Amino acid sequence: MKLYGQEIASRLLVGTALYPSPAVMEQAIRASGAEIVTVSLRREAGRGNAGNAFWSIVKGLDVRVLPNTAGCRSVQDAVTTAHMARELFDTPWIKLEVVGDDETLQPDVVALVEATQILARDGFEVFPYCTEDLTVVARLVDAGCRVVMPWASPIGSARGLMNPYLLKALRARFPEVTMIVDAGLGAPSHASQALEIGFDAVLLNTAIAKAEDPVAMARAFKLATEAGRLAYEAGAMAPRDFASPSTPIVGTPFWHAAVP
Amino acid sequence: MELIINGKRQEVVANTVAALLAELEFEGDFFVVAVNRAVVQRRRWQDAEINDGDAVEILTPRQGG
Repeated sequence: MKLYGQEIASRLLVGTALYPSPAVMEQAIRASGAEIVTVSLRREAGRGNAGNAFWSIVKGLDVRVLPNTAGCRSVQDAVTTAHMARELFDTPWIKLEVVGDDETLQPDVVALVEATQILARDGFEVFPYCTEDLTVVARLVDAGCRVVMPWASPIGSARGLMNPYLLKALRARFPEVTMIVDAGLGAPSHASQALEIGFDAVLLNTAIAKAEDPVAMARAFKLATEAGRLAYEAGAMAPRDFASPSTPIVGTPFWHAAVP
Repeated sequence: MELIINGKRQEVVANTVAALLAELEFEGDFFVVAVNRAVVQRRRWQDAEINDGDAVEILTPRQGG
């Protein structure tokens, strides 16, 4: 798949948070086969410098970094954070998040569109974390997004695709836009489902990091993502309302049309 | 002079970004600094002046989803 002109083989993007240890994070990311990881920017206190220890691990993974604006609640905060991320990581990529509701962490789509318009003008390649709302995605595409990232369900909820109908409609409506289902996935089957209905990739963090065995779960998500994509390319049959026998009727033993 | 550094008021003597990072005992250089919400590029840290009342944000990479 292509993300703003960059050819990426893995259709699984993973986060770097919530792992039981830095060592497990490193092993899990390697097991996932991900080529892109998300990172955040946080205030550094000075002495001790925890950020640099984390960054040295990420650098060693030889992956692309997708910085986020997680936690930002206004257009201004998100735009400033994006500019700081570009300076620090030397990348035009930004996973743009503007939180609109504390309970659901639902994106503030109005602020998201405004921030996207500003950042696109400033030369950013925006990966907006959005809902499955079709008209919002249309605005994001108008603003210059070639990638959009609708949620499956609220961040960290592990509920999977809450609205497959609208996600399918969204996928069909914008065939030229790269679409990554981001947030809310809990099981590898959720990732497979997203790929099966034509989404280009999935982005997740908690489902791997909070599994009992994050490294094994990372591999499970890798395989599910590959399976889902392969199934999409293979073309699944349409569901039917009634049974249809798979074993041939002709030659069924002991069967008589009618005994005279 | 008094600055607002990462959201907290603090008295400092430094008057450039580079001097401020040294005064605060930051190690290495993998930070990003914004003064009053404007990014200060790393190559300008030596010359970038800071003034009384400025709001300085100093960020580093952290875990994120």
